[in-house]
Amino acid sequence: MATIELQQVEKKFGDLHAVQPMDLTIQDGEFVVLLGPSGCGKTTTLRMISGLETVTSGTIMLGDRNVTWLHPSERDVAFVFQFYALYPHITARENISFPLRAQGESRDVIDQRIKEVAALLRIEHLLNQRPGNLSGGDQQRVALARALVRRPEAFLMDEPLGALDADFRETMRAEIKQLHIDQHATTVYVTHDQIEAMAMGDRIVVMSDAVVQQAGTPHDVYFDPANLFVARFIGSPGMNLVTAVYSQGVVSIPGTENRYSVPDGWQSSIDETLHGEGQIILGFRPEAAQVKADGPLAGEVYATELQGAYSVLHVNVNTDDIVHIRTDRQIDYPIGTTVHFDIDSQMVRFFDPSTEAGIEREVSQ
Amino acid sequence: MSNLKLNNVTKEYPDVTALKDVTFNVQDGEFFVLLGPTGAGKTTTLRVVAGLTKQDEGTVLFDEQEVDEYPPAERDVALVFQQYSLYPTMSVYDNLAFPLRSPMRKLPEDQIKTKVNSVAETLRIEHLIDRKTAHLSGGEMQRVSIGRAIVREPRIFLMDEPLSNLDFKLREALRVELQHLQKTQGSTTLFVTHDQIEALTTADRIAVLNRGQIIQIGTPEDIYDRPATTFVAQLVGSPRINLVKSVRQDGSLQIEKSDLSLPIPPDCETPQDVLLGIRPEHVNIDPDGEFAGQVALTEPLGVETVVHIRSQDQTIVSLVPGLMNLGKGDEVKFNVLHDRLHCFDLDGNRVKLQ
Repeated sequence: MATIELQQVEKKFGDLHAVQPMDLTIQDGEFVVLLGPSGCGKTTTLRMISGLETVTSGTIMLGDRNVTWLHPSERDVAFVFQFYALYPHITARENISFPLRAQGESRDVIDQRIKEVAALLRIEHLLNQRPGNLSGGDQQRVALARALVRRPEAFLMDEPLGALDADFRETMRAEIKQLHIDQHATTVYVTHDQIEAMAMGDRIVVMSDAVVQQAGTPHDVYFDPANLFVARFIGSPGMNLVTAVYSQGVVSIPGTENRYSVPDGWQSSIDETLHGEGQIILGFRPEAAQVKADGPLAGEVYATELQGAYSVLHVNVNTDDIVHIRTDRQIDYPIGTTVHFDIDSQMVRFFDPSTEAGIEREVSQ
Repeated sequence: MSNLKLNNVTKEYPDVTALKDVTFNVQDGEFFVLLGPTGAGKTTTLRVVAGLTKQDEGTVLFDEQEVDEYPPAERDVALVFQQYSLYPTMSVYDNLAFPLRSPMRKLPEDQIKTKVNSVAETLRIEHLIDRKTAHLSGGEMQRVSIGRAIVREPRIFLMDEPLSNLDFKLREALRVELQHLQKTQGSTTLFVTHDQIEALTTADRIAVLNRGQIIQIGTPEDIYDRPATTFVAQLVGSPRINLVKSVRQDGSLQIEKSDLSLPIPPDCETPQDVLLGIRPEHVNIDPDGEFAGQVALTEPLGVETVVHIRSQDQTIVSLVPGLMNLGKGDEVKFNVLHDRLHCFDLDGNRVKLQ
């Protein structure tokens, strides 16, 4: 397996930037997820790594080889698509052995590799079936087996679970991660599903509008989003982001009685960013807010949602902004009820509305 | 608005029974969700209510009155589909006004204007009123579609996966709006979805369908907390419920292929072996826990972490708050909340209290 390095890689279609110049290093054995909404440039990036798309400028290194201008077949990467792309008229075994036969491997090697990969994916009993007789999940397992059997330098996966039912997706998500833990193959995985990205990635590269917004661990992008886009995109519901005004250590929501005192560790960096005072975005995750009779913030219940193990309360904190609060299922909050709440001082975040960037906390001594 | 009743509705196609003996009531002002996988019969049910499909047997009643002989136009229901069926060359205003200008209604234009403006305000699309619908985003188009349904003040709203073409963030937002709207307007709504979260979050009551038959009807709490069958138990909840075969042994339930043994729950007094259902949020990792296992996999989701725990050859999935840093093979202790277990017989039916 190998390191993948993108150096100022850029893609333009005519005047349109599909991917702005980006730098990214994917370590040997790392599982990196390219995450973003449709049209953000994630698939184009993957296709440039695979060679299915040429770069407009920049360099792609695979290990110590410069593969920028190599044909896809010379790059030694394996591609897994959303659609299984299996040959319907031949068996699962023949589908899996196809790349090995194309490489001219001996029959013994082929048999041995198929045995290993089939055991790994638990599809031994399906090898003589044709794809048409298999369920969606099993077809995707066969497609994965075909990618794995080649032992390529890297795996590139483009929404491989996108076509599966929700429950299958959950199972396959765990299986692919398990596979990665066992094999430690360098993997680049494209998805628009933030839950998939969080669950699977060693690192997540969040993209939007052809630009990398943040590259970090699931912990980084969840707790310390670099900007408003990442804060909104990660989490379900996303981070609450309320437009407010900052002055002298207090954040207030205009037109309401809502005031929140900035916790220790934030004030000097906020003062510096806003040059004393001004508009600010108050950010907090739904689980960071607790309903509390003497909480400093209040709003009217707009809706409640039972989400299974817990409920989510949607509260109007002013005429425009609805915040989401994760609560215990047991309590009923009718529409229109006023609730007071507080925000965990460890979990609160602040953003500069002029740049949309997260404000960084002071480094604790 | 109206209440709705289906009595023993059956619909056969040459090679499949689409609906079998479907019976349910939707109260006036209720948000009633039909939940099930593809092919369950949800859309067929909706089409029978709308009059677009004729059932072979059974009756449909609006306010206790049979409507089976009424063509769709005379049933006075409003449909919202997954695909927005708007007129692309017309403005938002004209799209909203369209049903009110139909030959059946022909409201005067000043009344139309009042109604359209009020609906546009409710749906927060006032600023779009002069735009051509072809120039709207998916979320805006679906708001206009819903607006066109509302403006008619129909007897019943019929919605067929109206949110499933939208991207996830928009779906989340519109789901909440739809629920708020329905609750504050008190409209009778029959809503079809395959998405369990959509069903749990919006419904007053849910009917779970599978292969043309109703499996269970109940509030979201009933469906989630007291699933009638293993099918229902697995359909709702994410991550999915753990379902493990368990053998009776000396007053306890021994989970097959594992070291786990649990006391027999009071509502599980059946002589046979059972399928035990354990929701992942009822498996708590705890240093003083009564069971031990090894971590097979962790999936950090942000607000919580999914931890797959191995005990011999069995895997139990646990959902723990926060981001937990555990590696493959780590030893963990855990508890299972005894009073939250679900018992099913080997045919998958919930074991009832004697």
